[in-house]
Amino acid sequence: MLWLVFADFIPWNINSFYLLLFLSLHSLFCHQCTGEEIWVDSRTVYIGHKEPPPGAEAYIPQRYPDNRIVSSKYTFWNFIPKNLFEQFRRIANFYFLLIFLVQLIIDTPTSPVTSGLPLFFVITVTAIKQGYEDWLRHKADCSINECPVDVVQQGNVARTQSHKLRVGDIVMVREDETFPCDLIFLSSSRDDGTCYVTTTSLDGESSHKTYYAVPDTMAFKTEQEVDSLHATIECEQPQPDLYKFVGRINIYKDKEEPVSRTLGAENLLLRGATLKNTKHIYAVAVYTGMETKMALNYQSKSQKRSAVEKSMNAFLIVYLCILISKALINTVLKYAWQWLPDRDEPWYNHRTENERQRHVVIRAFTDFLAFMVLFNYIIPVSMYVTVEMQKFLGSYFITWDEEMFDEELGQGAQVNTSDLNEELGQVEYVFTDKTGTLTENNMEFIECCVDGNVYIPHAICNGQILSAASSIDMIDSSPGGYRRYEDLFFRALCLCHTVQVKEEETVDGIKRGIHQGKPTSFYISSSPDEVALVEGMKRLGYTYLRLKDNYMEILNKDDEIERFELLHVLNFDSVRRRMSVIVKSISGEYLLFCKGADSSIFPRVVSGKVEQVKAHVEQNAVEGLRTLCVAYRRLSESEYLEACHYLTEAKLALQDREHRLAQAYDVIERDLVLLGATAVEDRLQEKAADTIESLHKAGIKVWVLTGDKMETAAATCYASKLFRRSTQILELTKKRTKEQSLHDVLFELNRTVIRQRSMSGGFRPWELQRDLSRNMSMILEAHVGIGIMGKEGRQAARNSDYAIPKFKHLKKMLLVHGHYYYIRIAELVQYFFYKNVCFIFPQFLYQFFCGFSQQPLYDTAYLTLYNISFTSLPILLYSLVEQHVTIDALKRDPSLYRDIAKNSLLRWPVFLYWTCLGVFDAVIFFFGAYFLFDNTTFTSNGQMFGNWTFGTLIFTVLVFTVTLKLALDTRHWTWINHFVIWGSLLFYVIFSLLWGGIIWPFLNYQRMYYVFMQMLSSGPAWLSIILLITVSLLPDVIKKVLCRAICPTATERAQVGPL
Amino acid sequence: MMASSYNAKEEDGRNSNSSTHGGAAVAKSKKPDNTAFKQQRLPAWQPILTAGNVLPAFFVIGLIFIPIGIGLYVTSNNIREIEIDYTGSESGSPCNDCSTNFTWNTTTPCICTVNFTLNQPFEGNVYMYYGLSNFYQNHRRYVKSRDDSQLNGNIKSLKEPSKECEPYRTDPVTKKPIAPCGAIANSLFNDTLELFHNEPNGRTTAVPLAKRGIAWYTDRTVKFRNPVGDNLSEVFKDTEKPMNWMKPVYELDPSDPENNGFINEDFIVWMRTAALPTFRKLYRIIHKNSSSTLTLPSGSYTLKVAYNYPVSSFDGRKRMILSTISWMGGKNPFLGIAYITVGSICFFLGVVLLIIHHKYDSRNNSADIPN
Repeated sequence: MLWLVFADFIPWNINSFYLLLFLSLHSLFCHQCTGEEIWVDSRTVYIGHKEPPPGAEAYIPQRYPDNRIVSSKYTFWNFIPKNLFEQFRRIANFYFLLIFLVQLIIDTPTSPVTSGLPLFFVITVTAIKQGYEDWLRHKADCSINECPVDVVQQGNVARTQSHKLRVGDIVMVREDETFPCDLIFLSSSRDDGTCYVTTTSLDGESSHKTYYAVPDTMAFKTEQEVDSLHATIECEQPQPDLYKFVGRINIYKDKEEPVSRTLGAENLLLRGATLKNTKHIYAVAVYTGMETKMALNYQSKSQKRSAVEKSMNAFLIVYLCILISKALINTVLKYAWQWLPDRDEPWYNHRTENERQRHVVIRAFTDFLAFMVLFNYIIPVSMYVTVEMQKFLGSYFITWDEEMFDEELGQGAQVNTSDLNEELGQVEYVFTDKTGTLTENNMEFIECCVDGNVYIPHAICNGQILSAASSIDMIDSSPGGYRRYEDLFFRALCLCHTVQVKEEETVDGIKRGIHQGKPTSFYISSSPDEVALVEGMKRLGYTYLRLKDNYMEILNKDDEIERFELLHVLNFDSVRRRMSVIVKSISGEYLLFCKGADSSIFPRVVSGKVEQVKAHVEQNAVEGLRTLCVAYRRLSESEYLEACHYLTEAKLALQDREHRLAQAYDVIERDLVLLGATAVEDRLQEKAADTIESLHKAGIKVWVLTGDKMETAAATCYASKLFRRSTQILELTKKRTKEQSLHDVLFELNRTVIRQRSMSGGFRPWELQRDLSRNMSMILEAHVGIGIMGKEGRQAARNSDYAIPKFKHLKKMLLVHGHYYYIRIAELVQYFFYKNVCFIFPQFLYQFFCGFSQQPLYDTAYLTLYNISFTSLPILLYSLVEQHVTIDALKRDPSLYRDIAKNSLLRWPVFLYWTCLGVFDAVIFFFGAYFLFDNTTFTSNGQMFGNWTFGTLIFTVLVFTVTLKLALDTRHWTWINHFVIWGSLLFYVIFSLLWGGIIWPFLNYQRMYYVFMQMLSSGPAWLSIILLITVSLLPDVIKKVLCRAICPTATERAQVGPL
Repeated sequence: MMASSYNAKEEDGRNSNSSTHGGAAVAKSKKPDNTAFKQQRLPAWQPILTAGNVLPAFFVIGLIFIPIGIGLYVTSNNIREIEIDYTGSESGSPCNDCSTNFTWNTTTPCICTVNFTLNQPFEGNVYMYYGLSNFYQNHRRYVKSRDDSQLNGNIKSLKEPSKECEPYRTDPVTKKPIAPCGAIANSLFNDTLELFHNEPNGRTTAVPLAKRGIAWYTDRTVKFRNPVGDNLSEVFKDTEKPMNWMKPVYELDPSDPENNGFINEDFIVWMRTAALPTFRKLYRIIHKNSSSTLTLPSGSYTLKVAYNYPVSSFDGRKRMILSTISWMGGKNPFLGIAYITVGSICFFLGVVLLIIHHKYDSRNNSADIPN
């Protein structure tokens, strides 16, 4: 499961692949790219490295990178310098480096080790993590680069390694092989020059997308033939836009003018996709290695910063100010205090001659720096590394969660970035797409309405699908007289689609088509609606058989095969929200069939029973069904030729192709005759209603974004309990208003879950979606993206920060995991600041008693190890396993989520409380020890203790208090907690015994020798340690108890017992 | 067992409908293990701090702390302690002459005597301390101005003391290394204190003061060691005594050859730098004599001071302290009072919590009932 978490760092294998899915969509929806097209300087690819015939063009040998993929950031040699550089670009690390350097340069109170060692520790841990990730990337790169590839050389197929591929090489790809680089499709083993491509292995998208070979190269079927191909490809230089490819192929034939054909995205096979249902294809490499679209598209995800991180940084700045003011105060006081020369330099304590000669300003500055160094530990050096480890390790609990595992998909939840774990506990708004997120995206044809008459396939009766015959009875029973429209309607639905027929039973991946009729055929399409429609037609007696040699075959209800020549497909796009086909019937009629959303069809309809159909569509919509309208237009020969002309011209255009295509479609799809409408049901996902209800109770506002009709959307919302009966619905129907208000609202949101679904469905809430994606700044404002893996199309899951198999898992994800992560990290952050205040504030107070001389209170070893070993593990463990409320209680009572809303545990008052607690504890430590030490003997043999015993006493109280404070906060004591908390205290004691136990030969001072043991041998020391710990913990305990008794929060109530 | 069979089943299901592919995303879907740790369902003890269960703790703390505090307080009160300030900064005080006429580099120490009366007898071992105020032994420059390896008897460090000792590292005149080097050693407290008992019969007897046993055992035996050599004066031949010292380190205690050099206990005691600017250090021990029960009977005493140590320049004070010791050390009422206070507070809080608990718990209960 490792890869899940590392997904962020292995772009090649995982992250960028989702982009591939957009490939097929490009042909469908790429409308908004129009106008942005820039024909960057082109490249010429010589297929098979053959020079063009003389006279055509000058042969310019070009150099392209090889097909090696490098996703790793480091090499063996540059790892250390580069990694160090990257790490020191972080402010915190840089700060500690500065402190370290200051310690090296000037005479400072503490040895450079005290900040150097923790820094080294932090840097090393991070470097090891990054190194490991890079090693994984190297491994992944290696396996990709050494993948075998078949290349056609001198008419033979030769096997070589993937990274040796060059631009211009002709590659043979067999069925089920992955494309090694971006290829231009030349020919396939299929007669029609098509091939099917799937991206199942990458993202679970099982639909087969069709790619087309250029007609002129289709015929080159064998290696020898392909090798004899003499052509060049002109295309743009690699661009990251996956939706776009513009190029031209020039085919040179003997003594003929070169034939020029345009190439589009439908000819470009992208690296990473897999060939399906096609024995083999030949294709020529155009972009290789790091120039493939996928590689160009790799970019590190934008760094989203969680609210916790922002709070953390704000706190850090506060502490930095405290640090600087402390140092300033002490410097000023120092110079005020030592105004008298006998204080500055009493006879027993002279400066060296060098020091004396130094200018007072320099001395003051050095003193300031020295104070900074002395107090620098107030900035928790290990906090960042602990937070990072907490997030990294903590995210495993999501992937490990059995309850979020879906048996059907065989997948559990995924974590693509662990940076935002706690943000799951801060969700205020959930934006969800309807189709496939709330609903199953498992479409079922319910009914259709032809010219006012309703046809129901009556399909399911006791779970059995009735035979076509009985459905026909249904049709027959309806009043006659409109047979012509009916015939046209059914034919329209049988013809106007991009469904493919899969004729084998060994379908890989997830089955889309329902097994029906003939046991060996499935319908496959990128849009489940289309499949549902074609299935529905089949049940009504019209079976779409196949597309053969550009003829679509239909088995009509009289068991006759009708053949239509498919002339043009006017693909679906989200702007038009319709698609059309132009076919020629056996009788020579040219027919245009168009289907699409009602809003896009009705304005183009000139005749037909518009009112009736409209009423029916609305009625269906109220029932929550997805509706489509079907229309047709009869074309005369001349009209057809004109349309043909428009289309070819637009298709051949090198520039502005999309725009021109859109214009052509617009011209062709008009003056339609309305035939009827269809209704398809998309059922709600299981427990969707329950989940939404829980989210509601948790105070989360749920927005459903959909492009469906208002009534459909409302019906779904009622079903999913998003709307209650009492809900007053405000309709913002004007598009302008809708956008405007949406923007206004969205910009005000702090935390948003944008839930984006695969964009593969045929009919999309496109306007809103587009608005959203256009306003990137808005999405980046602060949000967590959660993808649903769904049945097909998982690019959303890849794209997102987290992915869950089903909508219902959102409940546990937010209410349980999010809640836990938030309270864990909030405690982690507050505790870190608290323990460092406790640590450093006594040292600050001590300055008032040592003549502001920067004398450290604690020994070097204690200064160094306090943050990295004595107090690090308990809080790390706490932040991993703490459960202040049981999982069941969280699930049972979603309103607990409100307790942590709006970053409640990291607000300023809370921060102030922790800081004050830290200051209070520090004052108790210091003055407690001060009064105990004041002028008295501590031992029963009259001997005296020195300053190091004083410091050690305070430090012992400190370590125990701070650890016990965490113990008091811990509510979930597993054996690990016991082990770590008591273990770390024991470790402190053992370390101190050892540290003071021998004369360390490598140290030039032995100040700690036997200090700890001597302290332990003194009764009053024990008594005062116990006393001081008790006093330090007392206020926090009282505060907790009082708060709980007087005004318990919902969480606290839930802790006591089941409600 | 359950989990493994589940996994196997899952694997089968996956293999049957998963496609063959190269790429990284193999073996991605595995059902997570159903272990308590991974499912975050480890058995756990879940204590809650409520008024109800904190109550007894407070009472228990109160009940434990108050007796301890009383015990400590009584013990502390039973300790006899007397402080004699002999700084002599005020005119008319016995050591005023010595204090005002202090000069460095005198060979004859200025002697002054201070008379005082013990109103109550001191029993058991009596410990004699000297105390200094306003003396910053914890100044950073001062604390680090020592060479522990020299003090540990390292010959190399003896010849070449650590840089930290500057400006007390080498003698400015002879350029020889100073042993022991550093500011701490240089400023060794060198007043000599002697105690005489003025018996009622007119006789004045010297109170025997033991020099040994005043330094930590571990310091004397391990941390501080003389450089190896038969004759200490021979060993320290190439070194210079600290500038402010009258005698070299190997002649600190002429009466006891074992108490010379770095292991001189007065020296070791001084070398343990005090935590605060007002401090006391153990000077001598007056062992209880076997013949009589009273170590120091009440009566008149004379403190004879060889006044060598100047403190007036930095407004310091010098004191001589006589104190008996209990199991909990010297006189320290603070600890006892603190214990009594904290114990009482806990007890009081316990009562408050009891009331709150009673009041709010019933309120909560009554509030819960309608639900």
